[in-house]
Amino acid sequence: MATTARARDLGVIGCHGCGLVAEDTLDHTGSEACPRCGTALHRRRPDSLARSAALLLAAMILYLPANLLPVMYTNLLGNGSESTIMQGVVEFWLSGSWGIAWVIFIASVAVPCTKFLVLGLLLVTAWRGSNWARRERARLYRLVEVVGYWSMLDVLVVAVVAALVKFKPLSEVEPRVGIAYFGAVVILTMLSAMSFDPRLIWDGKPSEDEDDE
Amino acid sequence: MRIFPDLAICEQCDGVYRRLTLDSRELARCPICDAVLARGHRLGLDGWLSLTLTAAIVFVIANVCPVIRIGFNGQHSEATLWQAALALSQGAAAPIAIPTLLAVIIVPGLQIALLAWVLIPARSRQRAPGFERAMRWLAALRPWSMVEVAFLGILVAVVKLTSLVEVAPGPGIWATGLLMGLITLIVNRDLHGLWDHTEPRTPSVALVS
Repeated sequence: MATTARARDLGVIGCHGCGLVAEDTLDHTGSEACPRCGTALHRRRPDSLARSAALLLAAMILYLPANLLPVMYTNLLGNGSESTIMQGVVEFWLSGSWGIAWVIFIASVAVPCTKFLVLGLLLVTAWRGSNWARRERARLYRLVEVVGYWSMLDVLVVAVVAALVKFKPLSEVEPRVGIAYFGAVVILTMLSAMSFDPRLIWDGKPSEDEDDE
Repeated sequence: MRIFPDLAICEQCDGVYRRLTLDSRELARCPICDAVLARGHRLGLDGWLSLTLTAAIVFVIANVCPVIRIGFNGQHSEATLWQAALALSQGAAAPIAIPTLLAVIIVPGLQIALLAWVLIPARSRQRAPGFERAMRWLAALRPWSMVEVAFLGILVAVVKLTSLVEVAPGPGIWATGLLMGLITLIVNRDLHGLWDHTEPRTPSVALVS
């Protein structure tokens, strides 16, 4: 396919909710609901870059307490201790469960940090209207959407362990505030990715809009 | 406002295409950005509905039965998914219990209920009451359903606990694993086709295989 028309140039608009393609009348009406499902129609997600950047920044700030504060308190036969996420990973590693250590490290450290970098890169390049590596950037965006929620893993692990180990007063496990910060980071990065409009990758600078293969 | 039911727009890059009817194993990719535009389905409407009803039963089992049992110094303890989410609500981390409860139990439950609600009348090409709203909710809930993360979380918790206590899997763990597969199948099937299938005036044959 040599050139493909884009909705904005054809004066049509696609509904986010149901996928229906309708005539773009936003210039006359200001706001319009999808004639089929009633979802508000937008050419681009509203305030995409500002919202996405704000949510990403908030997530990055909360990532600090999420990692510095303990996520779990463990009391085994009177030996109480608090552990952070990284201490949990190290503990698995030292006990020989390397596979699990990797799984938690990937879900809790590698995935969130990759999301920060990728979303930051997407935001900066979209903001500058860059035409650099658009196909790859589109792929990166889809990757972030797919892997994002796996970071909730640590929250679920703490939940299950805390629900089980409750042999008071001898032994118990309790969640600590770090896990709430960590959950907030995951939710904020998901919201940031959802606010980002991947079509901005392709909007570029108006004059070079047509150079797709 | 004119509509163009035979067109499709790539949600990732705004490319405009003519709709095609895909065979069960075909996949349409956007030539601009490589995103998946549409996929064919082996799962017909009846199969879709029966998997949804199966998921409803499995959902109940996964939530009622304990997922893990542990023994420690002669004492025993067990927990369901629900209790796990609620265990977060103690102490300063309490706010995170709400999104966890939503992602692991409430959202998947709503997805199953809403799908059954729209699919049962759709078999006779009818739109259920509140069809538009149900379809909007189904689209909005999709990213927030985390049964698969919960399943992996349970497995990690098992490994974490085996070195400290006696651990035995409860019936809920198998149900959660099964629910993970079922939810993935029923929720990731393309919903847009249901609009055409239940279109009041111009019936289409695109969805039935």
